[in-house]
Amino acid sequence: MSEQLKTGFGASVPRKEDRRFITGQGRYTDDLKLPGQAYAYFVRSPYAHARILEIDLAAALEAPGVIGILTGEDYEASGLGPLINGWDTRSRDGTPAVMAHRAALTKSEVKFAGEAVAVVIAESRVAARDASELVMIDYEDLPVVTSAVTALEEGALQLHDVAPGNLVFDWDTGDADAVESAFATAAHTVSLDLNNSRLIPNAMEPRAANAVYDPGTGEYTLHLTTQNPHGKRALLSAAIGIAPDHKVRVLSGDVGGGFGSKAPLYPEEVVCLLAAKQLGRPVKWTAERGEAFLTDAHARDHASNVELALDADYQFQALRINTIANLGAYLSTSGTLVPTIMYALIATGQYDFPAAYVRVKGAYTNTAPVDAYRGAGRPEACYAIERIVENAARQLNIDPAELRRRNYVTEFPYRSALDLEYDTGNFTGLLDKALDMIDYTGFQARRAESEARGMKRGIGFSAYIEIAGFGPSKLLSTMGAPGGIWEAAEIRVNGSGSVEVITGCHSHGQGHETTYAQIVCEELGVPIEQVEVIHGDTHRGAAGNGTAGSRSSVGMSAVQGACRKVIAKATDIASHVMEVPVKRLVFKDGQFIDTAGNVAMTMVEVAAAAYTGHDFPTDVIEPGLHEVSFFDPANFTYPAGCYICEVEIDPETGVTRIVDFVAADDFGRIANPMIVHGQVHGGITQGIGQALHEHCAYDPESGQLMTGSFMDYGLPRADDLPPFRIEFVETPCPGNPLGMKGCGEAGAIGATPAVINAVTDALNIEDIEMPATPARVWRALQR
Amino acid sequence: MRSTVNLHVNGEPVQAEIEHRQLLVDFLRDDLGLTGTHTGCDTSQCGACVVHVDDVAVKSCSVLAVQMNDCNVTTIEGLATDALHPVQQAFTDEHGLQCGFCTPGMIMTTVDILKRHPDGLDAATARKELEGNLCRCTGYENIVKAVMTAAGSHDHV
Repeated sequence: MSEQLKTGFGASVPRKEDRRFITGQGRYTDDLKLPGQAYAYFVRSPYAHARILEIDLAAALEAPGVIGILTGEDYEASGLGPLINGWDTRSRDGTPAVMAHRAALTKSEVKFAGEAVAVVIAESRVAARDASELVMIDYEDLPVVTSAVTALEEGALQLHDVAPGNLVFDWDTGDADAVESAFATAAHTVSLDLNNSRLIPNAMEPRAANAVYDPGTGEYTLHLTTQNPHGKRALLSAAIGIAPDHKVRVLSGDVGGGFGSKAPLYPEEVVCLLAAKQLGRPVKWTAERGEAFLTDAHARDHASNVELALDADYQFQALRINTIANLGAYLSTSGTLVPTIMYALIATGQYDFPAAYVRVKGAYTNTAPVDAYRGAGRPEACYAIERIVENAARQLNIDPAELRRRNYVTEFPYRSALDLEYDTGNFTGLLDKALDMIDYTGFQARRAESEARGMKRGIGFSAYIEIAGFGPSKLLSTMGAPGGIWEAAEIRVNGSGSVEVITGCHSHGQGHETTYAQIVCEELGVPIEQVEVIHGDTHRGAAGNGTAGSRSSVGMSAVQGACRKVIAKATDIASHVMEVPVKRLVFKDGQFIDTAGNVAMTMVEVAAAAYTGHDFPTDVIEPGLHEVSFFDPANFTYPAGCYICEVEIDPETGVTRIVDFVAADDFGRIANPMIVHGQVHGGITQGIGQALHEHCAYDPESGQLMTGSFMDYGLPRADDLPPFRIEFVETPCPGNPLGMKGCGEAGAIGATPAVINAVTDALNIEDIEMPATPARVWRALQR
Repeated sequence: MRSTVNLHVNGEPVQAEIEHRQLLVDFLRDDLGLTGTHTGCDTSQCGACVVHVDDVAVKSCSVLAVQMNDCNVTTIEGLATDALHPVQQAFTDEHGLQCGFCTPGMIMTTVDILKRHPDGLDAATARKELEGNLCRCTGYENIVKAVMTAAGSHDHV
């Protein structure tokens, strides 16, 4: 087997990055201790809604080790800008989404529990924390509203003066009239009210920032737990006004998981930069887990009515969804994007609908801001469509697999009723694969066997599809994107033949240091050991858009593009050195071969010549071997799959056990199956977490977060989970040269409805609130 | 209040003046620069901070550094010197890590699990044994495989 086959595209190459992680040599943001390091501790509002009457800093400023304290007044005086929503979302009447002012430190009125009102900077973490307890703040406690539905009701408490009725936007897509007439003539209609429960992402590494200001150069350096260093730099520079972008360096080192929650800009990172400049010391802040629960962007939290119209043959005629989305107290960076574009456009799922309409109202509440979390909008869409389809099958007494099969999109490309062009797919093939994997025909026997043991068994389907691979910049620009969402890659082939790959994508667990190296190995024919993938430093790579929305395929395509440019230039160099015309050269297995002779040069030899050549005709061939490439897809990618879950419920205790879970996924071509399996395992687990364990609960009276630690919030544990069975059905994506669709979010999108469909099947009920805890299941059984 | 504490960390003698309220994890990270041990939760739920104290797995966020007098503390950095420890090898072989943040705690816990199950264990037992360690990336499946592989078992279910 050639080197490329063992380590190239499609091979399960062991991860290059593992060694530092398994030996404790990972370098996460909090690991860094700079000379003169100072430490920040944030003073946070204990109230969900309160007026700040007075702040007394005297005692805190006298506390040992305190260097300085900043408040909302200091932030206002600094002239720095507010944190913004980065997406131009327009309501149905054309008005822009209402963005309430959000300073990085709040001066007069707090709107959610945990909101930062001051920061203490001290010589040590404990000194800062001790002193923070001496910051005396008088609050006037105000009433709260935590539910988006309540917030939009007539006469509800008003949160922001700029947002009458707490309405952020009233947005829609699709053809309301066509849907209306389809419902008027439908043979069958099915309706379901659904809550998509609120979640807290909880990457294992808490957020952290370490900010440095160099008064000599005027340059800021921010070590940060982020998924998108270049995006952060752009926001810090253009929106906040810290400094021009070339004076802001964002470095992300190793990042311990993101799942969307490390994509938005947060107040603490801005405040650390301000404090570093004002106090002349590097300022580090690391969230405690309690702060992560309170202030990391939360997720989901939709209340929807979903309606399905079918004809007499059970063909889908129309889909109508009305959703109220809770956006929290302020708009996070992608606050309006997630519940609109990312959610509604894909609402028709894998099915052919003649007509569809989705209307979403976004609301302010006294809760933490809501933003992207694994899947970001698409899990909410999948939950809506897959729950209504399953319920329709039960109500109409048709097999859920058959109802899906009858309505799948089968011809591609396919223009959906919500105006997406599904480029390719094989939905029937995915269903057949999943049915085979779970042994669908044997289910009734398994159910009887469970019943004989006094257990209730259920089966649930989920046929998910997502839009991923962000983004098609041209398309997104029509949807309010702030700018192009292409990806950049630089390839530097050094004189020794070693290769540096600099990408604007970012790895925080995805394994890019391996998969991106595989592309280079495949393209350039160099051993994978000689390839170093560099990410997470805005001074190393000029441009990028980070990692979110399974967009590594975009980054990988850029890497491939840069490799092709390198080969083109290396061919010129080889031609010059070998004195063989370019047209006689072919590049194969890392060698430039003269097709008319028996001479060849390896890429390593060409690389050496590129830097040591003394007789280049420099008007034709410039020395060096360093290329940059950008890739911007013309369409989204459409990863899709079929998941089937079987649960067994103990009616005595209400405990749900997942007894089998199968996943048939279509990710197009796959760079590294080992890594893709791992991504799916993690995604499915997060989806199961929402369905059965994870519960973000605010007290509606006080606005206090009641699930603010791992003792209260059910993060899935090893013994909560079954082993997963995963197989792939590949339909290569035509939208990028590698044929990839992306795999990062699929599990989290597809798993949740599969589990709840199985639970409701076992209980023979229409709906159950998530998470379907033993208490809720037990109560459902008593009805 | 501070006290002088004498202990061994990864085989090396350490003498330190330690503030009484300082947690072992903070002593290891902030004072000794052993940043492979992580703090993930503050409530002793996540296990990212697991080290060995006198060859027993301990959540280093749950003990005070002053309690370590005369103790031998082993962190992920001291688990193996030249070659990888078989558990470290199993974690990379089975792709039992993604972001790597929980990994040192997972590995230190697994070494302890295997010590307590010298005759091997089944996968269900491995899952129960891992209940004190949280991972948000892997769905645990490949971590369980790594435990089983390190235990010399092929029972991956």
